[in-house]
Order: sequence, then structure tokens, then C-alpha cells
Amino acid sequence: MTGEMLGFAAVAVVLLAASLGVVLTPNLFHAVLYLAAALVATGVVFLLLDAPFLFGVQLLLYAGGVVTIVVFAIMLTERLVGESIRQTSRYLINGAVLSAAVFVGVVGFLVQMPAIGPRQAWPGELTALLGRALMGPFVMPFELLAVLLVIALLGALYFARSDT
Amino acid sequence: MPLGAYLTLAALVFAIGLFGVLTRRNAVGILLGIELMLNAVNINLVAFARFRTDLAGLIFTLFTISITVAEVAVGLAIVIVLFRVRRTVEADHLDLLRG
Repeated sequence: MTGEMLGFAAVAVVLLAASLGVVLTPNLFHAVLYLAAALVATGVVFLLLDAPFLFGVQLLLYAGGVVTIVVFAIMLTERLVGESIRQTSRYLINGAVLSAAVFVGVVGFLVQMPAIGPRQAWPGELTALLGRALMGPFVMPFELLAVLLVIALLGALYFARSDT
Repeated sequence: MPLGAYLTLAALVFAIGLFGVLTRRNAVGILLGIELMLNAVNINLVAFARFRTDLAGLIFTLFTISITVAEVAVGLAIVIVLFRVRRTVEADHLDLLRG
């Protein structure tokens, strides 16, 4: 039992429990809090995979940004109706059967997967490598991403404008 | 841990997220399920990148994270507008486009 194994088991338990909380809790606000826990746990999985920069990005953008936006949206919509939003579920059995089938299908591919060797060290500091790759071979999609973010910003502003 | 452990964990999270998308009635709840599924894909990308020592997977993850945040912002803006117009975020009641 190595330290990595213990860490992986702990974070897997937290991640799965938080994910189940997201889809099962009836209170929408609690679901968002569970989602925040699941996102942080995913960031810790990135840490276990030796990607500390992605852990930072995950915390800043996902756990910081997305959760804030969703909480805002819930507050706004609740104020519009003046009652707290309960959320009910439907087709529970169908949904469970379908997602279990997808899981079994994916695992079916996993067991046939050829073994991919043990981890090798990155050739250098990973964050520096990422920065060079973003400014080198991936510079085109990187700039397109900036355009996409501007478009999303304008789109959200357009939707959320007041009628006057 | 072997690669398979990470991929199985991601597959489980993906299945849970899919369950949420299929069973939730509330549009915000459905969005939360989609978040879980995208997160599972990110775990897969990072795991493959680490075990194959290939930077492209990590770059992809950066892109998917940024695009997801944009998607959530626009999606929730749409939800708020729907709320103003229809006074509901129940996905079953949003059937304006049904023929």
C-alpha cells in the first residue's frame, strides 16, 4: 500500500460520493455545493497525475468560476418566483439502467486495453513545457479560444440584458 | 496506480453524470450533470497524457475547462431568460419547439 494508492482511494471515494450527491439531492443549492466538492476532488486527481498547473486551473475556473455563476443563477431565479427551487427526478430506473449500460460498455473496452507502460518523467518542468506548447504548436487554437470567450461573454450579456 | 484505475474512476463519474442528465427535471440540474460528465472526460485526458508522456492531452484539458466555463455562462444566461419568459425551469415544460 503506497502513499499514492491511499491518496487515490481516498480521493476516489470523495469524488464518487460528491458526484452521487450532485445527482441525488433534492435541494438544488446543495447539489451545487456537492458539485464544488466533486470539482475540487477532480483537481486532486490531477495532482496525483503530477499536473499541479491543471489543479490550479481547475480550482480557479471550475470550483471558483462555475460554482459562483451557478449559485448566482439559482439566487436570481429563486428571487423571481419567491420560493426555493426543489428539484424532482423522473425515469429513475430507466436512467439508472442506461448509465449502468454505458459504464459496462466503457469497462468492456478497458479490460481489452493493451497495457500502457509505467509513467516516465516529463522532459523538464511541466508548467514551462505547457507554456511553450501553448505558444508553439497550439497557438492557433489558443487564439481561437480567446475569440470564443469574447463571443460567449457578448452572448451572455445579450441574453441577460434588461428589456428597457 | 495503473492507468486502468483512473479510467474506471472517470467512467464511474461519467455514468453518474449521465444519470443526472437523464433523470433531472430542472434545467440547472441537467447542467450540473453535464459538468460532471465533462469533468470525467478531463480526468481521462490527463491520465492518458501522463501515462503516454504526451503534452497534447494536458493542452486539451486546458481548452475543455475554458470552453466549459463559457458554456456554463451562456447556458445559465439562457436559463435566466427562460425563467423570465416562462416562469419555470422544468425541462418538461419547455416545449415551445415541439411540433
